[in-house]
Amino acid sequence: MNNILTKLRINRIVVLSFLAVIAGFIVGGIIMLIFGYSPTENYLNLFRGSFGDIYSFGETLRNATPLILTALGFSVASKAGMFNVGGSGQLLLGWMGAITFALKFSFLPGPVLIIGSILTGAIFGAVYSGIAGLLKAYFGTSEVITTIMMNYVAFYFVNFAVKKYLAEHNSDASPNILPKASLRSPMLEGLTNNSTFHWGFVIALVMAFLMYLYLNKMKQGFEIKSVGINEEAARYSGISTKKVIIISMLLSGLLAGIGGAVDGLGNYQNISVSTVLPDIGFNGMAVSLLANQNPIGIIFASILFSSLQVGGLSISVYSDTPPEIVNIVISSIIFFVGVKYLFEFILKRKETN
Amino acid sequence: MKKIISLLSVMFISILVLSGCGNGNSASSKKSQHTVALVTDGGGIDDKSFQQSAWEGLQAWGKSHNLKKGVDGYNYAQSASDQDFGPNINKLVKANYGTIFGIGYKLTNSINQAAKQNPKVNFVIVDDIAKTRKNVTSVKFKTEQSSFLAGVAAAKTTKTKKVGFVGGIDSDVVTTFKTGFIAGVKAVDPSIEVDVKYAGSFSKADVGQSLTTAMINNNEDVIFHAAGGTGAGVFTAAKNSAKNGKKVWVIGVDSDQKADGKYSGGNVTLASAVKGVDSAVKDISNKAMNGKFPGGKVITFDLKSKGVALVNDNMPESTWKVVQDYQKKIENGEITVSPK
Repeated sequence: MNNILTKLRINRIVVLSFLAVIAGFIVGGIIMLIFGYSPTENYLNLFRGSFGDIYSFGETLRNATPLILTALGFSVASKAGMFNVGGSGQLLLGWMGAITFALKFSFLPGPVLIIGSILTGAIFGAVYSGIAGLLKAYFGTSEVITTIMMNYVAFYFVNFAVKKYLAEHNSDASPNILPKASLRSPMLEGLTNNSTFHWGFVIALVMAFLMYLYLNKMKQGFEIKSVGINEEAARYSGISTKKVIIISMLLSGLLAGIGGAVDGLGNYQNISVSTVLPDIGFNGMAVSLLANQNPIGIIFASILFSSLQVGGLSISVYSDTPPEIVNIVISSIIFFVGVKYLFEFILKRKETN
Repeated sequence: MKKIISLLSVMFISILVLSGCGNGNSASSKKSQHTVALVTDGGGIDDKSFQQSAWEGLQAWGKSHNLKKGVDGYNYAQSASDQDFGPNINKLVKANYGTIFGIGYKLTNSINQAAKQNPKVNFVIVDDIAKTRKNVTSVKFKTEQSSFLAGVAAAKTTKTKKVGFVGGIDSDVVTTFKTGFIAGVKAVDPSIEVDVKYAGSFSKADVGQSLTTAMINNNEDVIFHAAGGTGAGVFTAAKNSAKNGKKVWVIGVDSDQKADGKYSGGNVTLASAVKGVDSAVKDISNKAMNGKFPGGKVITFDLKSKGVALVNDNMPESTWKVVQDYQKKIENGEITVSPK
């Protein structure tokens, strides 16, 4: 027994996240029962719709791609003690930047075009959240407020710019990018039975791995974490907190920007006037919390989150259950992640007993 | 770290195995009936507007053929965001629906792609024109014509010579409403001012309300909205104003919004510029069922075909007569209304 508990202590974060997920499913199941829908049938449809066949699995991974990147972005800022709520806006700008580059420089050869587009998206995102970083570093402006507000600035600006400069006449969407600029490939499509799975997923995996190395093995990563744990102590030990704040915000926006870029180049192939802020930015925050800001954990948490979203669509296709039920499950999971201190408390009690 | 990874992978493998069990729902029994489904955009089937109208049309179709909601009859798939369009359409294809509607211009790309990959399934895009394929029909509405009539009604009703237009997002679909409305107002009396404002969203009733309140304070007494869910705020503002003794009129959009204009002392809905998404969905579903799916065509619904119309909610007889006169002129081609 003791042995198991020691193991539990080591993997507490994993156990807690796992418990949160299970609790979310149970609450969702109870709600389905209350309203007279079958939880087993619906959960079966949900997982079949996300992992059941190779097409669905491809869609799940594709849907997870931008989530991984926005979650990584959120976690970098959060390691430095900042709460970057602006993932959605940064992602949107990254998306627009990438599509603009891909459309305006379409004469370039394919690989150059793709790299250039992703870099443009990354820079757009980085510069945009860098503004919030600068304000925080030099004027102490709360990054929560500035990033929230800048989400709306980005939203309306992108809508305006798309309509004014990118959209074709008589349409609300930009033309599609050329196939050579796309991250999709016939090979991946063939492999996943015509899903929209694209190379962006590999990019996301590489970024997650790089962030893991950066945060755990490099001096700058250490500085970021030090500032996050105790800003005063970090400053006293000679770390330039201003620099760290700006760098972590730049990185945060850079990752969200790449998220927008790969989603634009891989999934959408264009950009259109949008009606709401993309929720990927906000979901990235939830994913990051679920994974306790661990870059490798984020990969799995994103896939889980994405499987709920993609699989959830199947629920109402195969049964009478309204799709809102899935949102209740997802929200319950986030809720239980939020109150994971409760689980922590229970686990601790068990250990001391 | 290794332990975390191994534990997580065990978790995922078990989920994979679990979900793999009992596969076989997708290719269910052969269907005798033609089945139809629609995919909404972000608005959802209860947006009191465009999407809802489409779903009502499909429900009516299902009922008239004694079909049930579900894989053997008719259904909808709701998209929470733009990235759900593709998966939603594909899930419906897998569930063997015979005809699949994409409601709203945002789905055009996804419909194009799905149509290419599934040549045996019928696809319909509403409010946009898709790439010409044998299995795709595009549905367009001449909403500039109904909006023109709304403009006529507004011009005949206003006492202050100032009318307002609240749009959702400045986009081409909304532009057809705006230009039609302005043309209608100016056709009656060029001296009437038209104040155009955009809420920047189809789902922000609060913005709609504050825009409308500002318009009312500016003495505009007839307000036309083409703003989907944002329009709820337009009605709220008008009803508040009416309760406080300053009567203003609202012209509704997409479906007959008479019920939305009701308040304790009367009704503020002057008329509604309806868009027959429901009858379009019904019509095309019927054709598909009888093996006469109008693939490769663009079907335009206008005043003449009753695909769009101005419904009289609270107009006096004299105004209604003028509106009908203009309607005749548009129908017989005497007046052409430009969409831009």
